[in-house]
Amino acid sequence: MINWLANPARFMRLSAKAVPWCSWTAVLVLAVGLFWSLMVAPPDYQQGDTVRIMYVHVPAAWMALSVYLFVAVASAVALVWRHPLAEVAARAAAPIGAAFTFVCLATGSLWGRPMWGTWWVWDARLTSVLILFFLYLGYIALANAFDDPSRGGRAAAVLALVGVVNLPIIKFSVDWWNTLHQPASVMRIGGPRIDISMLAPLLIMALGFTLLFAVLLMVRMRTALNERRAMALRLNAGAIPAPRPGREPVVSANTVVP
Amino acid sequence: MTEIGAFFAMGGYAGFVWSAYGIAAAVLGGLSVYSWRRYRDSIVTVERLQQDLGRRR
Repeated sequence: MINWLANPARFMRLSAKAVPWCSWTAVLVLAVGLFWSLMVAPPDYQQGDTVRIMYVHVPAAWMALSVYLFVAVASAVALVWRHPLAEVAARAAAPIGAAFTFVCLATGSLWGRPMWGTWWVWDARLTSVLILFFLYLGYIALANAFDDPSRGGRAAAVLALVGVVNLPIIKFSVDWWNTLHQPASVMRIGGPRIDISMLAPLLIMALGFTLLFAVLLMVRMRTALNERRAMALRLNAGAIPAPRPGREPVVSANTVVP
Repeated sequence: MTEIGAFFAMGGYAGFVWSAYGIAAAVLGGLSVYSWRRYRDSIVTVERLQQDLGRRR
């Protein structure tokens, strides 16, 4: 499976078909999710209409965590097996994860002000998510810090793996420490403790965010492979052998640049 | 209050609710537009380089 997917040319072929389909599905699902979140779902009996912030905040938080896990797994694969697409995938995913984490923090703050009476509190959940945001920024900075991209990629991959320790801290912070943040109400032992009228739009928005992530990941990976190919074309431009009629230049996306 | 007015008022929490959705739309929409533009640019660059290569042969 990994070997089969390891081929950049095959990735380019498959993703060319998948990008338009996933894009339109994402737009559709997000439109339904937004309509349901803002118009159909009832206001909370205690929180009123501020509960609608949940439909953006919670899926963004789920994405912040799962995209980080994706970056870490891809980094591990890149470090151990030198999978040609793994590092491309990790680099492409990190800014998307950072964006979701920022959305989670900002919407949480806008929810905390009316409900908790404060924009921010230095408790375990909020602080550990802020650290997650800085881990993303550190990964992006490190990956682009070296003239030799493969060195930057390896250093950033190590940072991503070390940062994995933060994920269980975020998940269980609401159980381990006293916090203003409420404990898990969907992903908990014994099933979700939230009414279906609110759970349905929440899950639809989560599906929409996941599709958006898939689209952005594929588009950004395709961009990276195109840019790599452009670099190979520039470097090989001076050293092309005598033309053979009817043949395309043999320069593929995974051409090794000396 | 009209129905549409009540919708935009969000039970008195309009500032918080609409800001939250606005920030999410701005950040995720902005990243999408940026990623797509850079993707189009990368395609144009590769095509131009391949044409240059074809002309030199």
